[in-house]
Amino acid sequence: MNRMTPYMFIAPAALVMALALFYPIGYMMWGSFRDWDPTQNISETEFVGMANYVRLWGDAFFWESFSVTLIFAFTVVVVEMVIGVGLALLLDRNIRGMSVLRTLFILPMMIAPVVVGLVWRFMFHQTYGTFNRFLDWIAGWRIWEWLGIESPIQPVDWLGQNPLLSVIIADIWQWTPFIFILSLAALQSLPRSALEAARIDGATGWQQVWFIKLPLMAPVLVVTMLLRLIDAFKVLEVILVMTGGGPGLSTEILALRIARTAREFRELGEAAAMSNYLLMLLMLLTLGMFAFNRWTEARSRKLKFAAEEEG
Amino acid sequence: MADTTYERQNPAFYVLIAILILMSVGPVIILLANSMRLDVDITSGVGGLIFMPTIRNYETALCDILWYEPEHLRFCQIRFGGAFINSIIIALISTALTLIFGCMAAYALVRFKFMGRDTVSLSTLAVRMIPPAVLLVPVFGLWNNAFCLDNDYGVGEWIRDTFGGRGDVCLAGTHSGIIIVYVAMNLPFVIWILQSFIVQVPKSLEEAARVDGAGPFQVFFLVVLPLIKPGLAAASIFTFRIAWNEYLLASALADRDTMTVPILIVNNASEFDGLGTIFATGMLLAIPPILFTLFASRQIITGMTAGAVKG
Repeated sequence: MNRMTPYMFIAPAALVMALALFYPIGYMMWGSFRDWDPTQNISETEFVGMANYVRLWGDAFFWESFSVTLIFAFTVVVVEMVIGVGLALLLDRNIRGMSVLRTLFILPMMIAPVVVGLVWRFMFHQTYGTFNRFLDWIAGWRIWEWLGIESPIQPVDWLGQNPLLSVIIADIWQWTPFIFILSLAALQSLPRSALEAARIDGATGWQQVWFIKLPLMAPVLVVTMLLRLIDAFKVLEVILVMTGGGPGLSTEILALRIARTAREFRELGEAAAMSNYLLMLLMLLTLGMFAFNRWTEARSRKLKFAAEEEG
Repeated sequence: MADTTYERQNPAFYVLIAILILMSVGPVIILLANSMRLDVDITSGVGGLIFMPTIRNYETALCDILWYEPEHLRFCQIRFGGAFINSIIIALISTALTLIFGCMAAYALVRFKFMGRDTVSLSTLAVRMIPPAVLLVPVFGLWNNAFCLDNDYGVGEWIRDTFGGRGDVCLAGTHSGIIIVYVAMNLPFVIWILQSFIVQVPKSLEEAARVDGAGPFQVFFLVVLPLIKPGLAAASIFTFRIAWNEYLLASALADRDTMTVPILIVNNASEFDGLGTIFATGMLLAIPPILFTLFASRQIITGMTAGAVKG
C-alpha cells in the first residue's frame, strides 16, 4: 500500500469541510474583531479589537436572547428525557406491532421544521386553532355567550400569552421520539443476566428500574442527552415560523438573534461575536458532558461486572 | 419473527398506546386534512375530519409546472414547482456527494493508520455541534464577496461556465453554493455513523481481495461498499432529510431562481388567506421524508442508534 493512500481517501471530505466549514469559521472569528458591514469588503473594514464582544456584555437584548435560549434548551431536554425514557421503560416488552409503533413515533422527527412550525402555529391559533376548538368543545363558550354569562373557560391566546410554552410543546412533540428510540435500543441491549439476577433476588419493578436498568443505560442516556442538547441549541425554523421570535423578545433564541442581527441590522461583526459566544457555550457543555459520560461509563462497567459475578 | 410470543397486556395499556399514536400522528393528519380543504372551511372549522377533499390547493401550489391551467386560477402566484425542482436537485446532489466523500473518509479512518488520523477524527466530532446559525454570517459573507471572482479568467470563468449563477460569478445564488455547504455540514455525521458500519466488515475479506491483486480503491468500491449497504441507506436518509428540510442557510444563499421549498413556505406562512395552499406546499415538502420513514424506518433507527450508542 502506498503511503499516500489514506490521504487520497480523506482528501475530498477534508477539502469540502475546509472550504465550507473551517475556513468560514476562521473567517467569522476574524470578522468578529471588525466593524463588519456587509456592503464592504471585509479587509477594508475597521479593526475594533474586542469591541463587539464587550458591547454584547452590556446589551440587554443579547442577555434576553441568551436566557431564552438556555430556558428553551434545558426545558425541552429535561422534559423530553423524562417522557422519552419513561415511554421506553413502559413499552419495553413484547407487544404486537412494536415496529409499526416505532415507525409512527419517528415520523415527527423526519418532517421539515418549517412545516412543523406551520402546523403548530395553526393548532395554537386563537380562533381557528385545534386546541381552542377542543376547549370550545368542552366548555362550549358560544352557549355561555348566548345565555349572557361569562364562560368559565376562555379561548387561550397560546402564541400571544404563552409563546415560549407553545414553542417548547412543539419541540417536545418533534424530538421526544429521538430519546424514546435510543433509550429503547439501550434497554433492549442490556445484559439479560443482570436483570434476571435482580428478579430472582426479588427486586420490585421500580427497584429494577432504579438500581439496575437506569444505571446500566446511563452511558447511552448521557450521550443521547448531549446530542439532544446540542440540537436544541440549533433549533430555529420551528420558532421562526411559529412566533418569529416574538411577541417582543419572548421567544427570540440566540440563533434567531444572530440571523436578525446579520440580516436586518446588518451588524455582521456583532453577529459573528454572538456566534462565537454560542460556540463557546456549546463547547463547554460538550466538554462537561464528556466528563460526565466517562464517569457514568466507569460506574456502569463496574455494575455490569458485579452483576455477571453474581449471575 | 414467527417464534416471538407476545405477552398479554392490560387493556389500559392499549388505550395508552392509542393515545400516544394519536398525539404523534395527529398534527400530520391535521396538515394533510387542511391541505385538502378550501380556506373557508379551514377558518370556519366545520365538519372536523369529515369534509369534501379538494385538490385545488395542490393545483394552486403547482401551477407553474402543471400541464393544464387550473380553472380557479387567473394567474400563477405561488411558483412552487420551480422551488420543488430546486429542492430535489440540491438534496439529491448533496446527498450523493456527502455519501461518496463520507464513506471514503470513514474507511480511511477505520482501516489505515496515518499521521493526523486522530486530528481528523476529533475535528469531525467537534464540528457536529456547530449550529447552522453560526455558519450563516461567514458563509453569507464569503459566498457573496470572497468567493466571488469578478474577473473573466481562471476559476471565476470556470465556475460561471460550469455551474451558472449570477453575472458577477459568486457562489451565492447558485445551486452549487448551497450544495457545498450542505455537503460540508453533513459530512461529520455521515463519517461518524459509517465508521461503526465499516468496523464490522471482516478484514479477511479485504485481505483476500488484495491478494487477488486489487488496489485499495478497488477493494473499497467492490468489497467494502456492497457490505455496508444498510449503513449507506441510513446515512443517505439522514443527509437527504437535512438537505431537504434546511431553511436558514438556503435562505441566505439562494436567489429567486435557486430558492428551495422551505424558503417559499416561510415567505408565505404569514398570509392567512392562501392558508390551504401553504398547507399543500407543506404537505408536498413532508411527503418524501414521510415515505422514507414508512419504508425504511429500520434503517433510520439503526442509523440513529449507531450514532449515539457509539458516542
